[in-house]
Amino acid sequence: MAVDITFRIGGAAGQGMQVISYSLGKMLARGGYYAFATQDVMSRIRGGHNFANVRVSDRPVYAQHGRCDVLVALDGRTIDEHRHELNEHAVIVHEKKLSPTGLEGHTVLAVPLEELATRFGADARMSNSVALGAVLCLAGYPLEPLLSVLKDEFSRKGNDVVSRNQACARGGYDFARHSFKKTCPCTLTALKSPESRLFMSGAEAVGLSAILSGLQFYAGYPMSPSTPILEYLASKGLEHGILVRQTEDEISAINMALGASWAGCRAMTGSAGGGFSLMVEGLSLAGMTETPIVIALCSRPGPATGLATRQAQADLLFACHAGHGEFSRVIFAPGTAEQAIYATNQAFDISEEYEVPAILLLDQHLNDSYWTLGPIDESRLMRQRYRADAADLAPYAYKRYAPASSSASPLLRPGTPNQLRYDDSDEHTEEGHITESAEIRRAMVGKRLGKAADISLELARPDCGPGEPARTVVLCFGSTYGVAREAVDNLSREGASISLMHLNEIMPFPREAVLARLAKTHRITTIEGNATAQLARLVTTETRLKIADSILKYDGRPFSIEEAERELEKQA
Amino acid sequence: MIDLTFRIAGQAGQGMQSISSTLGRMFARAGLHVFTSHDLMSRIRGGHNFSSIRVCDLPVTAPSGRVNLLIALDESSLSPHLAEMVPAGVAIFDAEADADAGPFEPDKPFRFPMPMTRLAKHVGKNPVMINAVALGAVMLLADYPLELLKAMFQETFAAKGGQVVQANIACAKAGFDYAAQYFKAACPCKLALPTQGNKRLLLTGDEAIALGAICSGVKFHSGYPMSPSTPIMEYLAARGREFGIVVEQTEDEIGGINMALGASYAGVRAMTATSGGGFALMTEGLGLSGISETPIVVVICSRPGPATGFPTRTEQADLLFALHAGQDESPRFIFAPGTAEQAFYLTNKAFDLSQKYQVPAIVLSDQLLSDSAATVEDLDLSRLVNRDHSQQFKAQARAPYAYQRYAATGDTCARLLPGSANQTVVAAGHEHNQAGYITESASDRIQMMDRRLGKLKPMRDEMDGITAYPQPSGPQPLAPGPLLLCFGSTCGAVREAVDILRAQGTKVSMLHLSELAPFPARLLTEHACRSRRLITVEGNATAQLARLIHAETRLHVSSSILKFDGRPFTAAEVVREVAGSP
Amino acid sequence: MTTSHDPAFSPDIAWCPGCGNFAIREAVRQALEELHLEPWQVVFVSGIGQAAKLPQYMPCNLFDVLHGRALVTATGVKLANSRLTVIAEGGDADMYAEGANHLMHAMRKNVNITCLVHNNQVFGLTKGQFSPTSESGFRTGTSPQGSAEPAFNPLAFGVALEAGLVARGFAGDIPRLKELIIAAIRHEGFSLLDILQPCVTFNKVNTFKWYQSRVYNLSDTPGYDPHDKAQAFARSLEWGTRIPCGIIYRNDRPALDRQLPQLHDQPLVDQPVPADKFRALIERFR
Repeated sequence: MAVDITFRIGGAAGQGMQVISYSLGKMLARGGYYAFATQDVMSRIRGGHNFANVRVSDRPVYAQHGRCDVLVALDGRTIDEHRHELNEHAVIVHEKKLSPTGLEGHTVLAVPLEELATRFGADARMSNSVALGAVLCLAGYPLEPLLSVLKDEFSRKGNDVVSRNQACARGGYDFARHSFKKTCPCTLTALKSPESRLFMSGAEAVGLSAILSGLQFYAGYPMSPSTPILEYLASKGLEHGILVRQTEDEISAINMALGASWAGCRAMTGSAGGGFSLMVEGLSLAGMTETPIVIALCSRPGPATGLATRQAQADLLFACHAGHGEFSRVIFAPGTAEQAIYATNQAFDISEEYEVPAILLLDQHLNDSYWTLGPIDESRLMRQRYRADAADLAPYAYKRYAPASSSASPLLRPGTPNQLRYDDSDEHTEEGHITESAEIRRAMVGKRLGKAADISLELARPDCGPGEPARTVVLCFGSTYGVAREAVDNLSREGASISLMHLNEIMPFPREAVLARLAKTHRITTIEGNATAQLARLVTTETRLKIADSILKYDGRPFSIEEAERELEKQA
Repeated sequence: MIDLTFRIAGQAGQGMQSISSTLGRMFARAGLHVFTSHDLMSRIRGGHNFSSIRVCDLPVTAPSGRVNLLIALDESSLSPHLAEMVPAGVAIFDAEADADAGPFEPDKPFRFPMPMTRLAKHVGKNPVMINAVALGAVMLLADYPLELLKAMFQETFAAKGGQVVQANIACAKAGFDYAAQYFKAACPCKLALPTQGNKRLLLTGDEAIALGAICSGVKFHSGYPMSPSTPIMEYLAARGREFGIVVEQTEDEIGGINMALGASYAGVRAMTATSGGGFALMTEGLGLSGISETPIVVVICSRPGPATGFPTRTEQADLLFALHAGQDESPRFIFAPGTAEQAFYLTNKAFDLSQKYQVPAIVLSDQLLSDSAATVEDLDLSRLVNRDHSQQFKAQARAPYAYQRYAATGDTCARLLPGSANQTVVAAGHEHNQAGYITESASDRIQMMDRRLGKLKPMRDEMDGITAYPQPSGPQPLAPGPLLLCFGSTCGAVREAVDILRAQGTKVSMLHLSELAPFPARLLTEHACRSRRLITVEGNATAQLARLIHAETRLHVSSSILKFDGRPFTAAEVVREVAGSP
Repeated sequence: MTTSHDPAFSPDIAWCPGCGNFAIREAVRQALEELHLEPWQVVFVSGIGQAAKLPQYMPCNLFDVLHGRALVTATGVKLANSRLTVIAEGGDADMYAEGANHLMHAMRKNVNITCLVHNNQVFGLTKGQFSPTSESGFRTGTSPQGSAEPAFNPLAFGVALEAGLVARGFAGDIPRLKELIIAAIRHEGFSLLDILQPCVTFNKVNTFKWYQSRVYNLSDTPGYDPHDKAQAFARSLEWGTRIPCGIIYRNDRPALDRQLPQLHDQPLVDQPVPADKFRALIERFR
């Protein structure tokens, strides 16, 4: 690709890395570029070291390079932490007060960020806007688009805050224009007729899709990295007629959502792995009573509290087997924000149609990163309503679980005139009443487990990319998609026979499709963010295919493109 | 060959469990092998419950599915069981003498109406003594001297006082005499049972687990009542004072596991017990045990789910849930004893290895194992392993406050207890450095993940719970028949089925796995690779054992025999399925 | 790698400048010093959140556990070794939201542990959602129209459940807070110390000034008897323009560990296993 620039911005928590990366990315997405912004955040509110990456390209990008082209350092620690990640022609912009050493050979611009922020914005915290302005100038990009984004970003805090931030951005821009006389090795030109794209975080994509899918009730308890879903929906709740409740804990969240669903609403809940751990009994309840619900499981490193703000993909097998007893569930594992939109929508659709719990297996990298999307294809969104009315029923003739031979019985709203709705968490008859009968038990187990076969018919196949499977096929799930896709494409372009299969639907497992595709493959490997090769284990269990050594990462960070390529090359 | 089943059926609250327990103990003392199982509804009064007491001259740990002598404590409890009665069986039901029992038909069970409630009220002044009346009748039909029953009553009701004892004895005599007068002559069955012999132990799976825990030095149990695990907590609570065990009933199962973890952190052997639904509330705590490396034994007594399911019935559907429970990855032991005897020893192994590796150890039981009583020759205390894994550390001289909980010493036994003079112990649920404090560093994370997951290999080397039946003697030629694989309590029915099938000429054998995590892949492959047809027999609907075998080995399970209606397998069922399977 | 006792121990404290946690930490440190408690004699059991990080920055034994579960875990620690001084530490989310059920039962059982709650009326580490002690109408990301519920009253809760000691402190008054911590630790039974503190980053309503102008000390009120339940209950309902601090309620009923005969003679962890009784126990099944 012609344009591929990585900005890396670092500072202490509270210095606004998220605002900088979001603003920069948003501006570029509006400008017709593809921007991909990721966060590396410590579990604290002030201090420590956080950094963000913003990668810009003229083609869709969903992964980060290990190295960067522009390093923006709001504090000294940033330079120490990232000095070995600089590309040959990298540019460093830093707070002038720091006097970093050892940057010979690089293009450096020292900007008195705090001083300018105080002068133009009357607030030293606006250093981030100053830095943005300076960086834009270096890159040769016009200032106006940034001013427009800053206006949108800060308008809710009032005109004064907006204009002060804009003034800071201009101050930084002008400073760079006057002080920087060299040529910047990386430039970004404003595109003539830019195709404006959407820019949002993975969490926002999930929330947005839920709204578009007719969500009516969301309950949750704050837990990184699921909290942004809760907050996004809360901010839109009144406007869209969605009741959003922060509950006292995660047990209440899932049970309250199940209550709302039982009473007739499309309902959802979400948490991280640890909160999901507390939802397991509720999940089993959903499976037994056949109550639709969508659960956003946002993975992060564990066990227990683990690393609260970091990345992992280690809840796959937990999600597959969570819950005592046996029941059907659907699990989606989207790889990008765009995929998350359609996956969330499909989760609601399948959950409602087949009366099963649907799990969206997300993670910190997906949720917290900002992605560029094309327009949402509304024709792909499913909006069918499945809940029944009592039109053809004689009074009090409704039987919740009749017939037992059907994988999903009509779901009537409780409070329907002249009908009663019984759902029992004990084993139950077709009417919904408690039973101890062995025969009815067998029928009901068959009904609950039989849903999987019907659901399989509706799900798409795994994403295998164009062409025939190569000699080596790399399997991945969830947000590793972006980095795996790019690494495989790079290696393929260099002549390797390698292709990618992304499993965005985990359960029911697409056994036939995977077997058909891989049965004759010479070598299969997986790339995943956990320590025990969970995807490999799942695929082997389901298909008996042998999987060569998996590429694993479990240090709390997502793969970089360099890492993925290096590991894949090693295996070849 | 002695293989008889006595069945007592009636409504909840009529004392079936008391009858079966008394009969069971009596026959056990008489030198017979006994297996009592219960089919209960989830209620305290009414409904329909029954208990079966199987007596045999060989060890059995499964119900037979056939009834020789039925006592129906109310008339409606008669017909549900007639189909399972043997042709020359006897059924006594509570009714007046002139109730129509039908003509005596050859090859059909013999039905005797007997006014048990009336006798209980009249003689014992209490309708609840119907069970004593019934027992008296059983004694007569079994040709057992009434003295043996009197001795049992004296023992059982000693705490309730002489009057209660006498009343029960009187009722038993009334039942005995009635049966002698009206049934003895006409009764077609002669149960020639020994009255004396090798006295064995008789205990349930829950009792065996609790006993195993006490004999492993457990000092703390916290938990929330949930069928069928509650008897474990109650057994420990009754003996808490005598054995120095603190038993706390917590407000919920989350409290159950976390309180035990606190006690374990402070240095005592701790445990909790629950069923699948309660374990669903413990998954976060399980992860805390894993990341903080705090030992704990968690007993899961499975019952049919999902959700509330069948609260008082049996199933084996929590295996994969237990294996993968908890976010992210941390190793655990899973033991799945097949008999009460094995439950005693495996509970001890769970405590020992949990301490040694500082990981959670799960003991996976089910309602059949937990609630059924079985005879055991003896429990050999010298076979138990009780090592103090902290001793090594206490002996070492150490600079003040130099202790680091997660130091890479290469010795996972390095566990110091809080309250040790001049040392502090920092244990963490966050990712942590060697000293135990919160860290965000990638290198610390990798080090700790490697440390925790590095336990898997030595843990796996401790696994050896594969029992073959028949015992192979020397290298075997390729077995042409099927190899039945099972785990947990299914072993009883499968073992009997193997005997029946082999007697019929089918060269079938079995492997029982009682240690499931870390999975003994190499050991199983060695045992099973020579068989051409592997079939799992399991009490769940999705063939979880087969799935586990496919995940861990290159073996191929060709089919599975599954049961998921809340009832245990009988050997006859397994035989039928094996005969009919592809 | 230094441990907390090492003079070179200078942890990177993950609190915002001006956070009330610094003051609470200082008060805790002083209290332990005045009680002559060595680090090895004290166990902190911490939940999850900014407040719960306090024991990370102190020399002590520590079991860092799950969100909301510090109390129940601490109960296990105390029952296992009653010689240890056990302190459960966390914020209002930990103790009053996720852990509310455990709070209720720990109070009923009157376990001899000290519960220090850093009550800043907001969720800090997850960035500013409303908490059970936020006042109704408090606007946050998850309560954009203002919280619909009245604030949870932990003091009234404690009085109702007859907790051993129910008190409130204020991070802005370290000397008195220290005294309260000492009283809480000394009390043999469950001690709840609800510590009001500002969250400089996320709570712009209940600021340091807001508290400063409202809190007053019960010890300055002549004739106040914390043993008087009705009076304590009435006082616990006081909020708004006047917020009472100090010991609201005291109840000297015996602590749980005192009531268990197993623990009469020595701590559980020191008791030998009575292996000589095992054989008799087994024989009871014959």
